[in-house]
Parts: sequence; C-alpha cells; structure tokens
Amino acid sequence: MHLLVCIKQVPNTNEIKIDPKTNTLDRSGATSILNPYDAHAVEEAVRWKRALGGTVSVLTMGPPQAKEVIQKSVELGADRGYLLTDKAFAGSDTLATSYILSTAVQKIASSIPVDLVFCGKQAIDGDTAQVGPGIASRLNIPQLTYVERIIEIKPEQQTIKVQRHIDGGHEIVESKLPCLVTVEKEINELTYAPLPDMIRAVRYHPVVWSVSDLDADINAMGLKGSPTAVKKIFTPKQRAGGEIWKGKADELAKKLVPLLIGDVLSCRQ
Amino acid sequence: MSEKFDAIVVGAGVSGLAAAYVMATNGLNVAIIERGRKPGAKNVMGGVLYRKMMEEIIPEFWKEAPLERPIIEQNFWLLDHNSVVKTGYRGMEWADMPHNNYTVFRGKFDQWFAEKCVQAGALLINETAVKHCIVKDGRVIGVETDRPEGDLYADAVILADGVNSLLAKELGLHTEWRKDEVALAVMEVLKLSADKIEERFHLNRGMGATIELFGDGTDGMVGTAYVYTNQNHISIGCGALLSQMSERTTTPYELLERFKQHPMIKPLIEGAEPCEYYAHLIPEGGYRSVPPLVRDGVLVVGDAAQLVNGIHREGSNLAMTSGRFAAETVIRAKEANRFDRQTLSHYERLVRESFIMKDLKKYKTASKTLEDNPDYFHHYLPAVNDAMKEMFTVDGVSKSEKQKKIIKRFLRNKSVLGAARDGIKLLWAVK
Repeated sequence: MHLLVCIKQVPNTNEIKIDPKTNTLDRSGATSILNPYDAHAVEEAVRWKRALGGTVSVLTMGPPQAKEVIQKSVELGADRGYLLTDKAFAGSDTLATSYILSTAVQKIASSIPVDLVFCGKQAIDGDTAQVGPGIASRLNIPQLTYVERIIEIKPEQQTIKVQRHIDGGHEIVESKLPCLVTVEKEINELTYAPLPDMIRAVRYHPVVWSVSDLDADINAMGLKGSPTAVKKIFTPKQRAGGEIWKGKADELAKKLVPLLIGDVLSCRQ
Repeated sequence: MSEKFDAIVVGAGVSGLAAAYVMATNGLNVAIIERGRKPGAKNVMGGVLYRKMMEEIIPEFWKEAPLERPIIEQNFWLLDHNSVVKTGYRGMEWADMPHNNYTVFRGKFDQWFAEKCVQAGALLINETAVKHCIVKDGRVIGVETDRPEGDLYADAVILADGVNSLLAKELGLHTEWRKDEVALAVMEVLKLSADKIEERFHLNRGMGATIELFGDGTDGMVGTAYVYTNQNHISIGCGALLSQMSERTTTPYELLERFKQHPMIKPLIEGAEPCEYYAHLIPEGGYRSVPPLVRDGVLVVGDAAQLVNGIHREGSNLAMTSGRFAAETVIRAKEANRFDRQTLSHYERLVRESFIMKDLKKYKTASKTLEDNPDYFHHYLPAVNDAMKEMFTVDGVSKSEKQKKIIKRFLRNKSVLGAARDGIKLLWAVK
C-alpha cells in the first residue's frame, strides 16, 4: 500500500489575536504547528501501513520552514516527505492549492502508485475544508469526507469501508481504491512517538520541489490562479450575558413562564 | 542498543546550549534533549544577558542574535512605601559596540542559540523529558527518556536541567533545596511602544536601561524587584526567598500587582498592555549550596548546580560559562578516553578558579545576613529614604538639627553599637 497524506503548516490559532481596531490578524508571536486534523490523518495512515505493510508519504506546500511539519510527520511514523516550495505558489487560494497539490500527487504516483490519499477534515487557519475535495475531483477519484473511522481496507479487492460523520448520525460507505479521505480528530488518538523516530525526524530532509518540477500551468497558481478575495475581516460582536435571577424556584417559575409564552407568541407573529 | 553519542546534554537553556555548542564545534557527536516544544519555551529570566561570557562562546554573536536593547544605564533604587532613593550609572561607552550587556527574550534567544548548535552539528530533540540517568557500575552511561524505546547512551552526560534538577538529586548530588536556597520570581512582559519607552526612561534610540529595586518592591522580603526595557516591551518582576514568600498570605501574583501599582513604578508602565506572565524558581543558595559538580560520566552545570549570583542578578553568564567549562572538560576527557570522576574534576577546578566561584564565595553570607536581620529592609532602608527627604526639604529647620533628627531615626530602639554592628555585618556580607 502507498498511503499519501496531504498536510499543512498552520499558525497555532490559540496564539493569534485580532486587533479590535484594525480588524487584522496579529500573527506575531504565534508559533507554527502541523494542522491538528492532519496529524490525525498521518497517524491513521501510519496505523494502516503497520497493519497492511507499505509506505506512508506526506506532501505539503509552503515556505521552506514547512519542512518542520514533514519532520513532525516522520516523528509520527511517516517514511518520506515532499515539500513544494516556490514563490510562484505564494498567495494561492483553495482552488489553486488543490490544483498544485493534485499535480504533485500525480508526479508522486507516477513513480509509486498511490492507493489512498489522506487529508485532515480542514485546516484550523482557514476552516474551509475545500482543498481535500478539490484534490479528489481533479484526480478524478472518489472522496470520502468527515471520516471518523476506517472500518476496513482490502488491498486485493482495492476497496475501503469507512464510517462518516454526518449531521445527527453516521453513514457507512464503501468505495473503490484509489480514493481520498478527509478525517475527523475522533478517528484516532495520537501516539507518543518513540525516540528513534524523533531522532530520524530531526535528521530527515524532505524531497523539495519547485514549480519547474511539476507538470503544472503557472497561470493556475499563486495570486493569478486564485479568484478568492478577502473583502473584510471582522470580530463578531460579543453576545451580552443572560440575566441571572435568584430566589425560590416556584416564585421564579411564575415570573419566567409568562415571559417564555410571550417570546413564543412574538416569534409566531 | 541505540546509537551512542560522545555527550548528551539534558536541557536547552543557556548552560546546556553553551556546552553543546562548544562540544559540537570541536567535532563531538552531541545530542541535546529538551522537554519544551522548542528551546526557550520553558526558560525564564528577567532578561539581562552579558556580552563578555556569550562572546567567549560565539564571537560577535551580537551581530546576529535576537537582542532587545543594549543597556546604557543601570539603576539601583531603595524603595519605600511612598518614596525612593536612587543611585545608578549611565555610561555612553556602553552605547558603543561591543556593548556591556543586553536585554533579551529567552524564548527568541534560546531558539537562535539552539539553531547555532544544530548548525554546528548537534542533534536537538525537543518535547522529550529525561526521566533518569542510566547508571552502570556507578557510572552514568546514558539517559532514559519518557519516550518508547527511549534510552540513549553517551560517554558523558551533562545535566543542564535547571533549578529543580531532579536528575542531579536522583544521583545524590543534592537533596531537595531548602526553602531558603531558592527564590520564587514572578514576571510580566508589558507591551509599550519604543517611543514611549525611550521617553520615559530618557533613552537614546534603541538603547536600554535597567532598574533593580530593594525594599518595598518585595514588600520588605529579602529579594529584588526589577524593571527592564526591551525593544517594544517592558519586563517587570519581583522575587523573594521562598522561605519568606511561603510565610505570607499574599500570592506572588499579588506581590507583583502591588509592585506595579507603586507610585514610583506606575508612571513608567502607564498604558502598557500585559502580554505574558511567568513564574520561576531561582537558585539563591549560593556558595554553600553548590553541590559536587561531577561524578563518573556526569557533569552538572548552570542553575542545576546553583550557579547564580543573586546579589548581582547574574545567572545566565555563570550558566553559560559553566557550560563552556563542562564542554572543554568533556573534549579533554574524549582525547584521553577517560570519563571517570577524576578526569571530569577538571571541570570543578575550572569553575573554582574562575569568577563563578570567586563571586559566589564573596557573597556567600549575603542572603542569609539579610534574611536573619529584617532590620535592613524594614528599618534602615526606610530610614535612608527619610534622611534624604529631611535633607532636601526646606522648612526653616537648620541642617545640624536635621542631622540630629536623622541619626535619631537611624538609631531608633538601637544603641550606636548595635547599629554599627549591623553596618559591619552588612559590609562583611558583601565585602
């Protein structure tokens, strides 16, 4: 099995503040981390590799320091990593990004065919959940999103069965391989990496590709290939706190019920 | 068995990084193990880094290291409730390169220093805690980390694991520090524009100042408070002996809050926005608390070895110098291929013959003298404030009358002899 995981380096959103006056993101001081959903995707790929044999590759696009998230993936048990870095990629939106990544997946698959592509459900900085499905549709393979459990993978039959998270329940779906899955955090618990993997990660240098290494249209990437524009960033207004009444339960109930009824009536009007 | 290193350094603070850097640049195969997410993530310091000792490790580091401001003015304030007596020194020779010292943020600086170690060939493993030293036939031969398959072996292990140094304790090099051997320090980083900082501290562009305060900043406890200028931030903190802090009902946080509200301090930090809050233990035991520094296969450096000169707020320079000495010793040991206690005792000798032990020896009774005689902070320090007020207030009273009044105030409830004894004791403690 060749399992390929698409990962992203993101700012630790816990450390990002929004300037209330200018409404801009203050990223100063925020450290960069492996997108948490992607960490679970790597973990899942590694678990299936250990069960079925094979290789786990990771792929990311970003500045040279995005090498760190590839090393982090190696800690988690990935075997090799590819880093796409080029000024031509800068400013790409989800459309352009999924295009670039899909060309890289094709290039990787041309040397070792890829059976399964993993992505995190979404990245915590943009929260769009578009890149995974974008890659699948460009590669023309099935996509299984919001996967919370991989029930089975049958390499001989080239099939996969997963449990998807859907509103109010679950859905069990079977698909042909190769396909692309995007995973929820619930899919697994991250394991604490063994020391030899930590050492291997520190010493690991990924394969680095620039735009000239890909069979890709330069006009479909970067700012040129990105129709998305951010019009405005704003902080949602803080909701006012509710009222708190203190007193005896039955007296408060008598006060509360007419108010609730009044609300219901006003809603119906 | 996993691969064997020449040396393992436990802890990526300045002592450990100094040791790793010196060994790696001399061709040794070095592993640094750090429990934080990155070097510096768990390291706390008021913020003054001395150029001389750092330069002995990386020449001209100031050309590339992330530094905040070179210090051109250092102040010592004797703080009372509503007044202050100030002394200090400003020298423009400190404004020229190479500077005397700098304010730094350890989060940034240590990361840079660690990067230099990696460039020199050291292996840096983050997010990994060392649980035990691996001891065989009485000799330390490696470390056991908290990770699966987590044992790592080396000829020498350098313990740079900070003030608590559980590893040195486990080896029996020290017992749990007493409460009067450590200080608890709390600190805040406040955001303030460079313009405001330069205006309030009367600084030329880019230059910095420090203020060290005794007295009311620690509410009379033995310790100091400080205010340091960074590029766009003020570092403000206070610390006192844990023995005194723990007798109080006030929390360290309240102590710092009280200090920030002090009428002498408030105007300096008006409008500054709190960004970060830290708390940390500082070794304050001094000369008498320094444990044995070596055993077979192991050396202890920095805070783990109590190498801090509290009276002069020097710690990082002692730490990095001890790290360098330990490294030089391991390099020598490697040449002789002997890592027993006797060979490694070269490190102990280097520390003893350097400014580190000489300074610690000079102040060996200082902290205890101050702790045992609360009058220094509670009686004499306010009296000095009163004396200055008396002499500077023009109210028609003759100067000789005023002098008599001041002397009377100094000697309140004390004989001349008693006061003289207090004075001599203090001089003796810092002689």
